[in-house]
Amino acid sequence: MGTSVLFEVRTERVVFCMLFLLLLCCVGGKCELQETKPAASAELPTVNPIKPFDHGPQAFPEEERANLPVFTMDYPRIQVPFEFTLWILLASFAKIGFHIYHKITIWIPESCLLISIGLIVGGIMYSVKEEPPAVLSSNVFFLYMLPPIILDSGYFMPTRPFFENVGTVLWYAVVGTLWNSIGIGLSLFAICQFEVFGLQDINLQENLLFGAIISAVDPVAALNVFEDIGVNEQTYIVIFGEGLFNDAVTVVLYNMFSFLADLPIVESTDVFLGVARFFVVAAGGVLFGVLFGFVAAFTTRFTHNVRQIEPLFVFMYSYLAYLVAECFAISSVLALITCAITMKYYVEENVSQRSCTTIRHVVKMLGTVSETLIFFFLGVVTITTEHEWNWAYILFTLVFAFIWRGLGILVLSQIVNPFRTIPFNFKDQFGLAYGGLRGAICFALVFTLPDTINRKNLFVTASIAVIIFTVFIQGISIRPIVEYINIRKTNKDLMTINVEIHTRVMEHVVCGIEDLCGQWSHYYWKDKFKKFNDRILRRILLRDNRAESSIVSLYKKLELQNAIDILDTPMGDISAAPSLVSLSDERKESSRPKKKFMAADVRKMHDILSKNMYKIRQKTLAYTNKYSLPDESRTREILIRRHASIRRSVRAGSFRELPDRNIPKSQKYYSLQPGGDLESAFALRRRSRGGGGEVDRISDHLQLSGVSPRSSSRSLVPMRRLNTIEEARQHTPPTGLDVLDERGPGSLLGSSLRGQRAPVPAPRRRSSDREDEDNIDSTEESEPVNPPPLPPPGGWAPENQDARENGAGDPLLRHSSQGSRGSRRL
Amino acid sequence: MGSRASTLLREEEIEEIKKETGFSHSQITRLYSRFTSLDKGENGTLSREDFQRIPELAINPLGDRIINAFFPEGEDQVNFRGFMRTLAHFRPIEDNEKNKNAAASEPLNSRTNKLLFAFRLYDLDRDDKISRDELLQVLRMMVGVNISDEQLGSIADRTIQEADTNGDNSISFNEFIKVLEKVDVEQKMSIRFLH
Repeated sequence: MGTSVLFEVRTERVVFCMLFLLLLCCVGGKCELQETKPAASAELPTVNPIKPFDHGPQAFPEEERANLPVFTMDYPRIQVPFEFTLWILLASFAKIGFHIYHKITIWIPESCLLISIGLIVGGIMYSVKEEPPAVLSSNVFFLYMLPPIILDSGYFMPTRPFFENVGTVLWYAVVGTLWNSIGIGLSLFAICQFEVFGLQDINLQENLLFGAIISAVDPVAALNVFEDIGVNEQTYIVIFGEGLFNDAVTVVLYNMFSFLADLPIVESTDVFLGVARFFVVAAGGVLFGVLFGFVAAFTTRFTHNVRQIEPLFVFMYSYLAYLVAECFAISSVLALITCAITMKYYVEENVSQRSCTTIRHVVKMLGTVSETLIFFFLGVVTITTEHEWNWAYILFTLVFAFIWRGLGILVLSQIVNPFRTIPFNFKDQFGLAYGGLRGAICFALVFTLPDTINRKNLFVTASIAVIIFTVFIQGISIRPIVEYINIRKTNKDLMTINVEIHTRVMEHVVCGIEDLCGQWSHYYWKDKFKKFNDRILRRILLRDNRAESSIVSLYKKLELQNAIDILDTPMGDISAAPSLVSLSDERKESSRPKKKFMAADVRKMHDILSKNMYKIRQKTLAYTNKYSLPDESRTREILIRRHASIRRSVRAGSFRELPDRNIPKSQKYYSLQPGGDLESAFALRRRSRGGGGEVDRISDHLQLSGVSPRSSSRSLVPMRRLNTIEEARQHTPPTGLDVLDERGPGSLLGSSLRGQRAPVPAPRRRSSDREDEDNIDSTEESEPVNPPPLPPPGGWAPENQDARENGAGDPLLRHSSQGSRGSRRL
Repeated sequence: MGSRASTLLREEEIEEIKKETGFSHSQITRLYSRFTSLDKGENGTLSREDFQRIPELAINPLGDRIINAFFPEGEDQVNFRGFMRTLAHFRPIEDNEKNKNAAASEPLNSRTNKLLFAFRLYDLDRDDKISRDELLQVLRMMVGVNISDEQLGSIADRTIQEADTNGDNSISFNEFIKVLEKVDVEQKMSIRFLH
């Protein structure tokens, strides 16, 4: 088995290498083609379809009779799209290549690898005397290549941590970038004053401009590392937000400084105007973004009949926002980000599940392709442009970039820490400072410098040097360093199994309690926004604002997921029902002699536990990984198991008449009662037991949603009744299993009640068999009749306002990607 | 929000809670505003549904048990005092408290009480023993779907074997304490409450 896998991997690699070489040959061959272009054009006349009969009266009797060409080639016609596609393919192949060697991407960030491949291809092109395509011209970059990346970041932005830390993020992004750019610019200007370096012709404005360009941080590689290491949420979101927003600041500064660089003298009014312009730009960007976001949301309200083009709206509106903002020269990056954030919340509720998936996939795809291309071209262009190398300038740029960033983070953190509920300690600050890699924006901006700047080549060289240095050296080293400073003091001696299990339990508990307490520090605004949102926005922008449809659709989705997952799992039933079944067997064997566990067994147990116990929930919820879609599999697994265990404990009667009590309690069949009506079952259940109605509602919802119980029927297959009954018989206090399971759906249904339904009371613990039997009888007798009026149980507050709230269960499904929405309901 | 919270929570109550749990004034008001924001029915108590509405708890493997821990035996509503009493278990142990020995009533966040909280997560039927089944239930919740039942059963057996000193095939509270004596429970079961 191992050898065949190896063989497959090797053939994979071989095939890949061949494809890659083929592509390179194409690139080279294309160069050949271009040289034969003039020759090709000479063929053109013969390519035209010729009407042989017309040639008679014409005055070219010497012309040869042209035959219908059987095989022709017209390269120039397809040249542009062909090359475009080739480049994208090449970059994507590179990406495939990296991931064949899985370990590489752990140690070397993808951006490094892409740049390296770009360097290689650039070398090839240089040797063939070929020019790279003008990808990095201002228009192409800013209009075509940058928007997908920004959309990707904005769409998958973790909104809840972002809004919790919005002040800090903006503080670092705006003030930090200003600090950096002015600091670096001034220091470099000071260096330029030294005659010995030969840089005296670079004036202050140009230095400041260069400083602004260099201070654009692109922490992609750092983000990946942080996420893997599990750095805390605050640091993560600050770096993420900073990287996103300082693009906007940098562009503003760049425009301002390049404008100033043209002026012979700078007056103070210009500076003030610059500051004013900054605010206009920022506010305008946000405004436009929000506007377009709302329009997009409103549009999707009406698209339920044209599901196929729903994803289009997301892209078109966000791109429009970007372009319109560019037109007015306000911050298009900000516009795009705010548009994406605003839109996402509402659009994902309006569109179908498939459209939602499509949107996410396409956003990710475009963003990844764009980024790949940029880094790739960085490598290519590095080789093929003219460079001007000046040791002093470049070295000092590097040094100053480091120093000013470190200082900046330090000073800014000191200032902002007292206002934060969770201050940054030095480790966090180091992570922030060291994670400040430079990347694509810096590169593009320097390329679009006007040629009036006489030392442009020097700037280009310096930027490329800084980028390559930070990406390679810092990018590769950040992981070991962060791991080193974060090293936990683990006991070297083997823990007992007890310790391992109990400590994991405690960690889960602490994580849960922390979530329970919440770290929200801006309750007031959040509540206000939530009220506004519920009352006005949702009514306008969402198609089906009633809670009903969301419950049913949620259950449809959940059931679908469950069905798909059950079919997918290699091992058996993920609802783990059979495992509980076997419990009853083992209980009988409890009297057998104690097993002897050998050391090897214990080690194996440790292994099993450490590999399979659920990790503590990463607060950042790995959905800001740039290179992959949100990974919801673990949370989905937990949720589906809960859901399944809830349904297992559904006590609806069987399809046919329950035969007499001959069937031992241990063998009840579980299936959903056909035609059972929600309300009636609910009412009957409530009346008979005063609790547990939740469970029936689920089962009835399942039926309402039309999903056949068999789709998830493994857990409903004849199986033993859960221990609860037997244990209920044996212990007077009931076990918690059923209770807990029943309470599970509360989170699904808690607030999603129909109309003025009184809330579901918490299921009371069953305490005797008799009640069980009663229930089964009662559900059998329930008929699909009109719901009897439900008396609101005393003491429970009506959850009327929850009728407004959308499916509480939504967070379950889209939780990972909609942390904001879920927690906004709180 | 600030004004609304403090009008509903009287000063004497805050003082009482302070004495009972050891939280500071600002922590109590902050947690009260959290309590009210969870309390959808606005009747001053939380039900289980209110807890289940917290999405992060839904994806916590032990979410149900944690919620259960807030509700005293047989009750379905918890008021703010009860809420704080449970949360008090997670208050970090401060140094000056460590020196207090044999106070009249042990503070809620003492090591023993923290361990008792963890113990009660397993021991649902409150018979002061973690039976093999109870252990298995918790294990099952915490472990992915790839573990077979035999493996889990063996792990449970081994766990009990390691801890059980009096041979009753279950873990009593004292055995639980003993097994975790080297673990820094004070730090593991503490949350930094924000001011």
